[in-house]
Amino acid sequence: MRSVPWMRTAVASLVICAAGGALAWRGTDGFRAFTTEQARRLAIARRPRALPVVALDDQNGQPFTLASYRGAPLAVDFIYTQCVSVCTRLSASFERLDRAERARAAGGGNRLRLVTITFDPRDTPEQLRAYASRYRADGRDWRFARVHDARELPSLLGAFGITVIPDGRGDFQHNAAVHVVDAEGRLARVLDIDADPRDVVRTLAESRR
Amino acid sequence: MRRGLLASGIIALLALPWMRQRMESAMIVHMLVQIPLLAGMGALMATALPERWQSSLRAWNGNGVSGTLMALGASTWWMVPRALDSALASPAMEVAKFVTLPLLVGAPLSLSWSRLGGMGRGFMIANVLPMWAVVGWLYVAAPVRVCNFYLVEQQTTAGAGLLASSIALAVAVGCLAFRSRPSSSAA
Repeated sequence: MRSVPWMRTAVASLVICAAGGALAWRGTDGFRAFTTEQARRLAIARRPRALPVVALDDQNGQPFTLASYRGAPLAVDFIYTQCVSVCTRLSASFERLDRAERARAAGGGNRLRLVTITFDPRDTPEQLRAYASRYRADGRDWRFARVHDARELPSLLGAFGITVIPDGRGDFQHNAAVHVVDAEGRLARVLDIDADPRDVVRTLAESRR
Repeated sequence: MRRGLLASGIIALLALPWMRQRMESAMIVHMLVQIPLLAGMGALMATALPERWQSSLRAWNGNGVSGTLMALGASTWWMVPRALDSALASPAMEVAKFVTLPLLVGAPLSLSWSRLGGMGRGFMIANVLPMWAVVGWLYVAAPVRVCNFYLVEQQTTAGAGLLASSIALAVAVGCLAFRSRPSSSAA
């Protein structure tokens, strides 16, 4: 009966490998998401997420909500105006997009509208205006906003899946991406900073038809 | 028995909110102190298991193969950036970390290591150390932040720590290889 202990070990090993493989498959969304950011993007693409209605103030102090954009897709990003790193790349990407979309609108098309939201409670409408002019935004089709009531910021960031950590020196670290909100007002896709959201917008529009 | 109590006591201490907050606020402490400590306490607990239990476990763990597999799989999971994040974001995952590291990493490894043959041990060392070194190197060199809950600088320090500890362990293994001479070449 020398084969019995060997058999048990083989069975145990097989069970461990199968269970471990199944758990790893589930825990990484089929070996596709090894970071929280990848997981967030996959989850949103798979199931667009409803967004809470949060009162925002734009760079002129005008109140509005993201829900007011319903009916047309929208691109949203999150920044803080003092940022010198990743936000500037994000805003430069929005600037390129804004310019291209302005040209398209001049040709009679519907343009994609942009909203940039600050998560820094220190940012004032004046600072947002200065930031807007730095990227030559008109403030209408590309708006800059802060949350009206700072207590609502966590729920907005939570819905988008943005994690912001203060680094203790007055700056923040945060995950940066381009967020596409669909015509139904749901967060539908999260893209890389330099990605062109218009391809996604087109796909979304086609899938609606 | 006393070792089992000591290990459970240390795990309970590590689970205190104040302690967790201290250890998990820095990625390097989370990865290189808290996680190894939890696994180590599991190893200590396993040595306190009654002989009767140990022998019935041995029946399923011939040459320590299945236990090593279990420890390898469970420990690899806790090196995934998403897993580290999830332990900070969700209490359920944090509990899972505190349970699986002692029970599925430390304990099986301690029950298996002495029974693993020379080839098995060599295989483990030759696989695990380079894996740590590569993960460490990635954390140092990657232009992206892999954890949403840690700053880039923390990622770099943790990566350097992983790299340094894997090199240190490799040197230690190398020294041991020199020291323990095979009997054939004895004086």
